[in-house]
Amino acid sequence: MTLLPRLSLALTLLVVFSELSQANILRSSSGSSSGSEGSPSTNVTSNSSTTITTLPIVTWKWHHVETPYLVALWVLVCWLCKLLAQLNARLKSFFPESGLLIICGFILGGIVWGADKAQTFKLEPRNFFYFLLPQIILDTGYFMPNKLFFSNLGAILVHAVIGTCWNAGAVGVSLWGCYLGGAMGDLNIGLLQFLLFGSLLAAVDPVAVIAVFEEVHVNEVLFIWVFGESLLNDGVTVVLYNVFDAFVSLGGSKINAGEIIKGIVSFFVVSFGGSLIGVAFAIIISLLTKYTGKVQIIEAGFIFVLGYLSYLTAEMLSLSAILSVTFCGVCCQKYVNANMDEKSVTAVRYAMKVFANGSETMIFVFLGVTAIDNVIWVWNTGFICLTILFAIVYRFIGVFTLTWMLNRYRLVPIEVIDQLVMSYGGLRGAVAYGLAASLDETRIKEKNLIISTTLIVVYFTVVIQGLTMKPLVKWLKVKRVEPTELKLIAKVNNRACEHILAAMEDIAGHYISISDLIFDTYITWFLMKPEARKNKDYLFSIFHKLNLEDAVNYVAEGEKRGSLAFLRNGDRTNVDFDKKFGMEFSGVMPDITSDDMCDTSLSIRDSIPSVSLDIHEQDMKDMNEDFNAHHLLQQHLYRSRKNHRHKYSRSDFKINQSEDEVQEIFQRTMRSRLESFKSAKMGVSPAKKITKHPKPSQKMSNGKSTDTSKSYPYGDEDFEFSEVDSAYSGDAAAAGGSSPMRAPPYTVGAGIENPAFMPEMDTPPPPWLTEVETDTSVAPSQRAQRQLPWSPTNLQRLTPLRISNRSTDSFVMADVPAAQDSPEEPPEDGTLPH
Amino acid sequence: MGSTSSTLAKIPNAEDLMQETGFTPAHLVRLYDRFKVLDKDKKGFLTPQDFVAIKELAMNPICDRIIGAFFTSGGETLDFPSFVRILAHFRPIDKNRPKEPTSPDPINSRSNKLKFAFQLYDQDKDGKISRHELLQVLRAMLEKQVTEEQLESIADRTIQEADLDRDDAISFEEFRKSLEKVNIDHKMSIRFLR
Repeated sequence: MTLLPRLSLALTLLVVFSELSQANILRSSSGSSSGSEGSPSTNVTSNSSTTITTLPIVTWKWHHVETPYLVALWVLVCWLCKLLAQLNARLKSFFPESGLLIICGFILGGIVWGADKAQTFKLEPRNFFYFLLPQIILDTGYFMPNKLFFSNLGAILVHAVIGTCWNAGAVGVSLWGCYLGGAMGDLNIGLLQFLLFGSLLAAVDPVAVIAVFEEVHVNEVLFIWVFGESLLNDGVTVVLYNVFDAFVSLGGSKINAGEIIKGIVSFFVVSFGGSLIGVAFAIIISLLTKYTGKVQIIEAGFIFVLGYLSYLTAEMLSLSAILSVTFCGVCCQKYVNANMDEKSVTAVRYAMKVFANGSETMIFVFLGVTAIDNVIWVWNTGFICLTILFAIVYRFIGVFTLTWMLNRYRLVPIEVIDQLVMSYGGLRGAVAYGLAASLDETRIKEKNLIISTTLIVVYFTVVIQGLTMKPLVKWLKVKRVEPTELKLIAKVNNRACEHILAAMEDIAGHYISISDLIFDTYITWFLMKPEARKNKDYLFSIFHKLNLEDAVNYVAEGEKRGSLAFLRNGDRTNVDFDKKFGMEFSGVMPDITSDDMCDTSLSIRDSIPSVSLDIHEQDMKDMNEDFNAHHLLQQHLYRSRKNHRHKYSRSDFKINQSEDEVQEIFQRTMRSRLESFKSAKMGVSPAKKITKHPKPSQKMSNGKSTDTSKSYPYGDEDFEFSEVDSAYSGDAAAAGGSSPMRAPPYTVGAGIENPAFMPEMDTPPPPWLTEVETDTSVAPSQRAQRQLPWSPTNLQRLTPLRISNRSTDSFVMADVPAAQDSPEEPPEDGTLPH
Repeated sequence: MGSTSSTLAKIPNAEDLMQETGFTPAHLVRLYDRFKVLDKDKKGFLTPQDFVAIKELAMNPICDRIIGAFFTSGGETLDFPSFVRILAHFRPIDKNRPKEPTSPDPINSRSNKLKFAFQLYDQDKDGKISRHELLQVLRAMLEKQVTEEQLESIADRTIQEADLDRDDAISFEEFRKSLEKVNIDHKMSIRFLR
């Protein structure tokens, strides 16, 4: 495999870098006793105090840069670890990335420890909570699928609040019981300390959970439950931890009913106060972005600064900082995205992901590094084993009980298998460690035992559970699916039912509630720019997105090919694109292809577009025809809107496939409506248009796409009038395939087998031109008439190269096309692989 | 859309409708409001155009069929009782309502739900889903990547699996049998707002 050399290269790189850092560490430890925390000021004075005898040309100023240098170096090393972890695809396929990073951390920690004979670097709780955690939480909040989150808020809160308290309490009390029973020998630890320990262990880590859940197919509801729960539960855990911490410092004897009530009150005040601070900051951000257009270049920075400030402010007021920054992200995203310039939005998203992924990587690596230290390790088999056992068992009990309760109010209950997944997904992460490390040693005598136990639990859950999660789910699913293999018609119908339900909900008006109305009118008015409010129109935004995407694709593709030639050879480009596409999706949404058959269907997915048709036909003839039919169906059925996963992904924020699907469906609808509209309105005069696009061009596609008037969808709800405009879009879509991204099949169906046919495919006149004719002949609605004159210019702007040259030809310089076409075609034929 | 809320009194034949469909008064009032919202020109009935104007529907691959299902009787208009009756198919099956053997099948029974789904495929209403009809639905529901050949092979396969009497079409009975393992109640129920 070609992977191996690359891997070894990366490995050597890593070793070199770690050697480097180690060398620095050596120097640092010999140079100054203060270690990495040493304050630069003392170094400065010590340096300047040495008298110089002659003017040095260069001087060695290690102590000036020591701290920031080490920080930067560690960041680099950690990220290289991530690179290393990503390189090996096979390892990655079954080993969770977080686990790999921890192991990298072990190795690095070993190197450092070997050099220093002590662990010079560890994850300081302060650094963790102030510099590493905020951006991760902000990121998850900011990318939270909002609607889903709020519509499931009840269930999420139940799990996050009650579930967390239950876990903390049950683990604490049970451990205490076992301690009294003598299971862990002689420890200096009481009930309160156990409860404190239980509370810090209750933190389910969103990062680790998402990392695992991305690999496992879960439905939308379950996803948002687990995601929301793990996010809010961090906040709740910290609050709970603080309450118990206060109890511990108060001392057992002073606790009476009053204090307990105070504790409960403080729990709620801290949680809700934190959330309110977050909402307040979200409002500030949204308002601010209404006016930051003037300083567009730093616009994106405001989100980060204010998000961070919301964290610090809540911390300052001793409210829940995590909840604060979560809600800040959740609430501001909609308005920020609408208010800011497209570029700034993209910048925010990228930067957010860079920060979040970066610090997540560092956290996991440092979780590993920290462990290589003989100081913190206190082994107590009974304590550790019992902790792991209780943490898992109570998680299961909690999830099952709460879900059972919630199921009673649900139309479609959460199934047992999903509950299992949810319980098993209770991975503990860095928050637990951070809390454990920030315990006060004077009050908690067994701090080191707690830290080492927490670390063990984290390793156990992240590595072992993460590792077994996927096989477990696969096994469960397979077991469950086997007896009830559905017939094709049932599958089709199931999906049809989902569509029907979605439609019925739309018709019965499921979504419009009073609060939505208030939201839509007043809050939007308050927080959004007027232009942005206009853009909020759904149709518009869909087309806008589509256009952007198209434009980017065309430009990118054109640049890659370096000339217009690429537009000609449909099949090679498409193959490339598909490969890329397929890979992308296998990463982004591994669950498209539902789980148990993951591998096979993935390969099918690849093979459909990239392998030429004849091979495929042979496949069809084969005995696996049955299999194929089932899988084709499963893969290509449109999902109903309810099942689209607007999902948070750790490392991606691309428009996901469901978006594409929605657009595709939408365009098909528009197209068919246009057809019926035309036939209804024009009745007699279809002769003209029969010659043009529908059949031939639809198959050949690439030709015509861009009646790019699709950039002017004029999104109205009122289709009667906008029909003509949308018509363009319909066509654009049908042809719209044209962008290689979206319509590989056409080429498969059409071009490849018969390359000679390709030159001809341009023969139908540019659609928009004919469109114009038909439209005028139909006497279009006012609006349509008003719009028409604009289309040519738009066309030119956004058209894919090939079309643009064609359409401008015919429209603007009617005499050129023949001349331009001829030089283009011959090379075209030559480049074809056949 | 927050038009004035109506009361039960304004709805004609409210009692009978509730009896027939099993909707609660709150549901009925809500649906009536919704009906009025959809009915933009205050005609007192809905036309297919009114449905077309629901923008979410445009995102539904089989929206034409669904809209068509509301206008089965051939007319171009839909009054409130018919509107409610069709939506009533999607009420969850009541678990605690005592089963009276004498009473007719409620609209939301399993077989009625199935019938509703079936008629979406069966456009010519001959009681059978022919290959052609199936192809049409499949084409609407499958991504554009799927080629014509693949589509046909899927359709053939589908019919072959379900077709018990070898007439190259799926009758309602066959349709029902194929879906025996599917929990139709879950698949075809929505929660109506109050």
